[in-house]
Amino acid sequence: MLEIKNLHAELEDGSKQILNGVNLSVPAGQVHAIMGPNGSGKSTLSYVLSGRDGYEVTEGSAKLEGQDLLDMEPEERAAAGLFLAFQYPVEIPGVGNLTFLRTALNAQRKARGEDELSSGEFLKIVREKAKTLNIDSDMLKRSVSVGFSGGEKKRNEILQMAMLEPRMCILDETDSGLDVDAMRLVAQGVNALRSPDRSFLVITHYQRLLDHIKPDVVHIMANGQIIKTGGPELALEVENSGYGDLLSEVG
Amino acid sequence: MMADLAIRESQAQAKPAAGDALTQRLAVLPHPASGITAAARQDALARLEKMGLPGRRDEYWRFTNPGVFNDPVPAPIPVQTDANDSPLFEDIDRLRLVFVDGRFDAAASDALTGEGFQIDLLSAAEATASHWAGEVYGVLEANGQTPVSRPFAALNTFAATEGVLIRVSGQVARPVHIIHRRRSDAADVNLHHVLLLEEGSEFTLLETGMIGARSNIVIEADLRAGARLHHITAKLASHPKVGIGHIFARVAAKAQFKSFELSVNGRMMRHESVVDIAGDDAVAHVAAAVLGNTADGPFHHDNTVFITHAGERCESRQVYKKVLSDGAVGVFQGKILVKPGAQKTDGYQISQSLLLDGDSQFLAKPELEIYADDVKCSHGSTTGAIDETALFYLRSRGVPRERATVLLVLSFLAAALDEVENADLRERIAERLEEWLMHRAQNDRTQNPPA
Repeated sequence: MLEIKNLHAELEDGSKQILNGVNLSVPAGQVHAIMGPNGSGKSTLSYVLSGRDGYEVTEGSAKLEGQDLLDMEPEERAAAGLFLAFQYPVEIPGVGNLTFLRTALNAQRKARGEDELSSGEFLKIVREKAKTLNIDSDMLKRSVSVGFSGGEKKRNEILQMAMLEPRMCILDETDSGLDVDAMRLVAQGVNALRSPDRSFLVITHYQRLLDHIKPDVVHIMANGQIIKTGGPELALEVENSGYGDLLSEVG
Repeated sequence: MMADLAIRESQAQAKPAAGDALTQRLAVLPHPASGITAAARQDALARLEKMGLPGRRDEYWRFTNPGVFNDPVPAPIPVQTDANDSPLFEDIDRLRLVFVDGRFDAAASDALTGEGFQIDLLSAAEATASHWAGEVYGVLEANGQTPVSRPFAALNTFAATEGVLIRVSGQVARPVHIIHRRRSDAADVNLHHVLLLEEGSEFTLLETGMIGARSNIVIEADLRAGARLHHITAKLASHPKVGIGHIFARVAAKAQFKSFELSVNGRMMRHESVVDIAGDDAVAHVAAAVLGNTADGPFHHDNTVFITHAGERCESRQVYKKVLSDGAVGVFQGKILVKPGAQKTDGYQISQSLLLDGDSQFLAKPELEIYADDVKCSHGSTTGAIDETALFYLRSRGVPRERATVLLVLSFLAAALDEVENADLRERIAERLEEWLMHRAQNDRTQNPPA
């Protein structure tokens, strides 16, 4: 599904190299977790993959189902099936949540040569999916993320994911700012979307999210590289002894 | 030395004095002489002659060159033969009044009758022996001349050839919609409307359409106790158009005045709102959403606001949002004056610009003048660019850059649009605006295809 090879990236102004040769392969249907200390390049990896301005890829490649992601505009990557759940979802006052969702969904459908959904069809689907995420009609009507609690913002991200049906989902520290109940709800939403032709890359500091979203593979990232890859037990190891041991072990 | 002096003298002679500019301006203006407003017009002329036309050095015209309003006649603008009415408000139930180049078109308009209000044309009222508007015409305009003079409003009171006189006695749900049409290249339009809202009445006035090559519009709105006025003007101007407008409102106790302006394009536009909150517990909100680029010529838009609080426990809001690109200039001059005794005043003013590129300019002059000690007044002004994080967020969801930018522009304007109280009208304006923005974005792309 996602193939990242020897990816190097720096800040656009050339002031800092952040990714130093990331190699990562996420097969279809799998959930991979990336853990790592602050400043290890986890969030930058998610931004570079989704095409945010401000970064320059200097070497390497990133492919989604064989398509070169790095050549595409962010909206083209979305239409190709990539989705990034933001650590801090953006508030957009004056733009209704429903309007935004419908605009996004229809833009992607259009880009893929599919028919746009009518207002009625769209509403039916969105109401159904919102219900399972405990998102009430008031939240759907309000402006995007404006006045939402931390948990509501993250649930809203998962609703977008459910509506847009991406093939490759990246969750950037989706657990940050969530209490236990909110995290469980978000995890349930993600688990409901797991399927043999959809993959997940879960970026997190803490093992606790991985109690709820069980990963197939765990990667440890440090200094802009994947330094260790293992099974779910690797996350527990980090939880128990921190990153220090791992970093010194790899040397 | 002598020769030098002679040259200076001849230059001084070549340049007409301010008085001459006014003489030239008046020479080509219509002089409606007799009728119920005769005395008000003579009074306005006397005031205008005393104040003269503004010059560039006038503090009140520091950011906007009054030259095009001083010129005796406007520069002609070719009429587009395929110009249609704006589709805005076209399918709501309203009373339509059509003006062609400032002249009333009875055949295209609805009958001048309605439940809860009386409506007459200024030209028709002039011919009657007595009319309520005779006592009102020009009064609020004259009051609005202190402490700052507004010569073009006095000029309008003197010279206006037509207008709508509406006296509201009931709660009127059906709006009156003034629709302007352009049919001649060089029309110089002076319209003067008078609204009198009697105690406890409610009324909605809509204005749309293209007005002349140059326009000078005055609205006087007298809101008696507990009356509510909703005024919405939406102007999609052709690029070379120049226009000046004034709305003078007097707001009595417990009355509510709300005025919203949507303005798109135009070479030189100035809109002045002069609101006198005269009674206690009254509310006055003025707002504008302004968009301009200079793709087809220069754009300059000026909102000048003066709100006077004389009553206790009154609320005023000024919400001004301007979206500028390609070297467009936006101006905001807004003042809150709190008179002695106007305790518990709640006044707020915000002016913001969204600059879509580095060439555009926003000039803001917020002012507070407060003579009461128990008031809450604040103002703010910001200038910014499109939020790159928000733009990326939208694009990461698959929304193309062009459309994402349009959504963010609408987001920026939302607080101004929120001042339109009626949700149905507000949504229509937002939809129309979105259509126009998308249309413009697509035009930009065809004119400047990406390399």
